[in-house]
Amino acid sequence: MSRNVAESTAGELPGRFGPYGGRYVPETLIPALDELTLAWAEAREDPDFTERFQVLLRDYVGRPSPLYLASRLSEEAGRKVYLKREDLNHTGAHKINNAIGQALLAKRMGKPRIIAETGAGQHGVASATACALLDLECIVYMGSEDIRRQQPNVERMKLLGAEVVPVEAGARTLKEAVSAAIRDWVTNVADTHYIIGSAVGPAPFPELVRDLQRVIGDEARDQALQAEGVLPARVIACVGGGSNAIGTFTAFVPDEEVELIGVEAAGLGLDTDKHGASLTAGNTSVLHGSLSAVLTDEEGQILEAHSVSAGLDYPGTGPEHAHLRDIGRARYVAVSDKDALAAFRRLSRLEGIIPALESSHAIAWLLGEGRVGEGDGGYDVLCLSGRGDKDLAEVLGMEDIQ
Amino acid sequence: MSADGRTNTGTERIAAAFAVARGEGRAALMPYMMGGFPDRESSLAVARSYVENGADLIELGVPFSDPLADGPVIHAAAVQALEAGTKLGDVLAICREVADRVPVVLMVYTNSILGGAGPEAFAARAAEAGACGVIVPDLPFGEDESIRAAMDAAGLAVVPLVAPTTLPERRDEICRVATGFVYLVSSVGTTGERSEVAADLKELVEGVESKSEVPVAVGFGIGSPEQAATVGQIADGVIIGSRLVRIAGDAEPGGVAEAVGSFMTETAAALAVEAASSRTVT
Repeated sequence: MSRNVAESTAGELPGRFGPYGGRYVPETLIPALDELTLAWAEAREDPDFTERFQVLLRDYVGRPSPLYLASRLSEEAGRKVYLKREDLNHTGAHKINNAIGQALLAKRMGKPRIIAETGAGQHGVASATACALLDLECIVYMGSEDIRRQQPNVERMKLLGAEVVPVEAGARTLKEAVSAAIRDWVTNVADTHYIIGSAVGPAPFPELVRDLQRVIGDEARDQALQAEGVLPARVIACVGGGSNAIGTFTAFVPDEEVELIGVEAAGLGLDTDKHGASLTAGNTSVLHGSLSAVLTDEEGQILEAHSVSAGLDYPGTGPEHAHLRDIGRARYVAVSDKDALAAFRRLSRLEGIIPALESSHAIAWLLGEGRVGEGDGGYDVLCLSGRGDKDLAEVLGMEDIQ
Repeated sequence: MSADGRTNTGTERIAAAFAVARGEGRAALMPYMMGGFPDRESSLAVARSYVENGADLIELGVPFSDPLADGPVIHAAAVQALEAGTKLGDVLAICREVADRVPVVLMVYTNSILGGAGPEAFAARAAEAGACGVIVPDLPFGEDESIRAAMDAAGLAVVPLVAPTTLPERRDEICRVATGFVYLVSSVGTTGERSEVAADLKELVEGVESKSEVPVAVGFGIGSPEQAATVGQIADGVIIGSRLVRIAGDAEPGGVAEAVGSFMTETAAALAVEAASSRTVT
C-alpha cells in the first residue's frame, strides 16, 4: 500500500474520511454538532470521564469480553478462529459500549433528554439501559413493523423506563426510525442528545461511535497477541451501519499485514433489489447526514434495503468504511439470507453459541467464500457482535430449524 | 435557452422580484409547492395558479425520499410524488412552464444534486429550465463548496438558511456569502404550520439584515394570511409551504388551482393591507 493508511484515515477535513462523512443536516443542528464535537474532544481527554467509562465497561458491561478459541468452528473453517465474544456483554451485544459512553457524555453536557432509534431493538434496549443507569429520560423511535417483529425488546425497553414511539413512515423500519429521531432532535435540540446507534450520521457521530466501540479491537488485538504471539491473518466482522466492524478494525488498521473483512447482507442476492450491501453494490450518496456508500436509484433517491437480519437491513453504512474500501485497507463482501441462516444453525451446533443473525453473516463468509485450505497457517479473529436469542422467533417463523 | 443567452442571471431576477415588492411597500409573497404533487398535471396547475394570484417568487420542491428538514405534510407529499413516478425532469418541466413569468427557486436535497451526473450537470439542467437558484436544506453553509461553485458558475443563486440556533459569528459569515436571499428559519424544528409567530422573530430578522446585502425571507411555520401579514411587517419576504401543500392535497380533483389560488389571493391582500397600514403609521 503506497499511502500511509493511518494518516489518510484521519481525513483531510474535520469530520471527513477521505471524501466521506460531513454534516448534511439542517442548519438548526449545526450548533449542536459543534457543541458535541467540542464536548467529546474534552471528555476523551478528561481522566475522570474516561475512568468512569472504563469502570462501567468493566463492572457493569462485563469487559473485557473473552477472545474464545472456537475449536470445532476452527476445524470446519480450515484454520484457527477466535471469536470476540461481544454477545457476552450486558444486554447481549456490542451496542452497550456506545450507549453507555454517549449517555455519560450527555450527562456531562447537561442534556437530560435522550433520544435513540432502533431496528431490532438491541440499540434501543442498550440506550434504555444506559438511561436507567444514569437517570436520563429516554425516548426510542422504532418503526411500527419492527415493533411488531420485536415485541420482547419493546417490552424490555418499557420495563427499563423508556418511551417507545412508533414510526409509521415508509417501510416502518430502521431507516425511518433514524429519520424520525433526527427530526425530533431538530425540534428539541436545546435539551436533547441523540444517541445514534451505529457509526453513521453527521460528524462527529461516526468518529464518536468508533471511539466508543474501538475497545472491541483494542482488547482483541492484545488478547490475540497474548494467545498466539503474532497478529491474526484476518479480522472479520459483519457490517450494517458498521459500528462493531469499525470498533473491531480500528486497532488493526495500522497493521497492514492483517486483512480486514467486512461482511454485508446480500439478502436475496446482489442481482435482486432485496439486499443491504451498500459498500458492495451502492453509490456515493447522502443518507442521514453523511456522505457514504448508499443504496440509491439513478436520481439519488434512497432505496429500501432488505436483510433477514434487522441490524443489517439498512440502505447506508458508516463513512469510514467507504473510505477504508476506497483506499484498499478493508475488503467488503456480502452473504445471502440463506447462507446466514445456515451459519446461525451451524454455530449453534458446533459451539453451543447461538449467534445474532447479523454476526451469522460473518460466520457464513468464514465457512463459505472465506474458507481457506488446510494447513494454510495463520489464524482469524471474528467479532461475534451479539447473541441470537432475539432472532429465535423470527427464524422459527421462517423455517423449521429442526 | 442557454445561461449565456439570458440577459439576467438568476440572482439578478430574484433581486428584481424583491425590488418590485419593496417598491409597493410590502413583503414578497413566496409560495412553496412540491413538484409532482398531488399529481403531475395538478402540480402544473398549482404553479400557474401561484403566478396568477400574486406570487413574487416560487419555491419549487424536488421530491426526495428522506427529507430530514421537512415535517409530515411535505414529507408525505414527496412520498406521493415519488410513488407517482415523478423525476427531476418532470419538476424541471414545471419550472420551465412558469419561469419566464415569476422567478423559480428549486428546493432540492443534496442527493438530487449529486445523483445523476453530479453538480455541474444538475446546475446546467436547472439553468436551462429557467431556475434562478437553489435552496438545499441539508447542505449547511461550509459543507460542500463544489456544489456552491457549480451553481455559481451556472448563474444560479445559492440561498443559505439561517436558523434561530445559528450563532452570531457563523450567521454573519453566512450572510456575507449569501446570493439571492437569506432564508431565515423562524423556529427550531421541521417544516410545518405553527400556531404562533416566534416571539423573537424581529430580533432574528434584524440580526440577519444588519449583515446581509440580500433580502431576508422568513419560512417554517407560517400558516395563515394573518401570520403572513405579521411576518411581512418584519421581513422582506414571506415563505408559505406546508399550508399550501396541505390545501393542494385536500382539494377535490380539478379544484386544486382554485383552492391554492384563493389562499394566495387572501394572503397577497393581507400583505398589501398590512403594508398600507404600516405606511400610515410611519
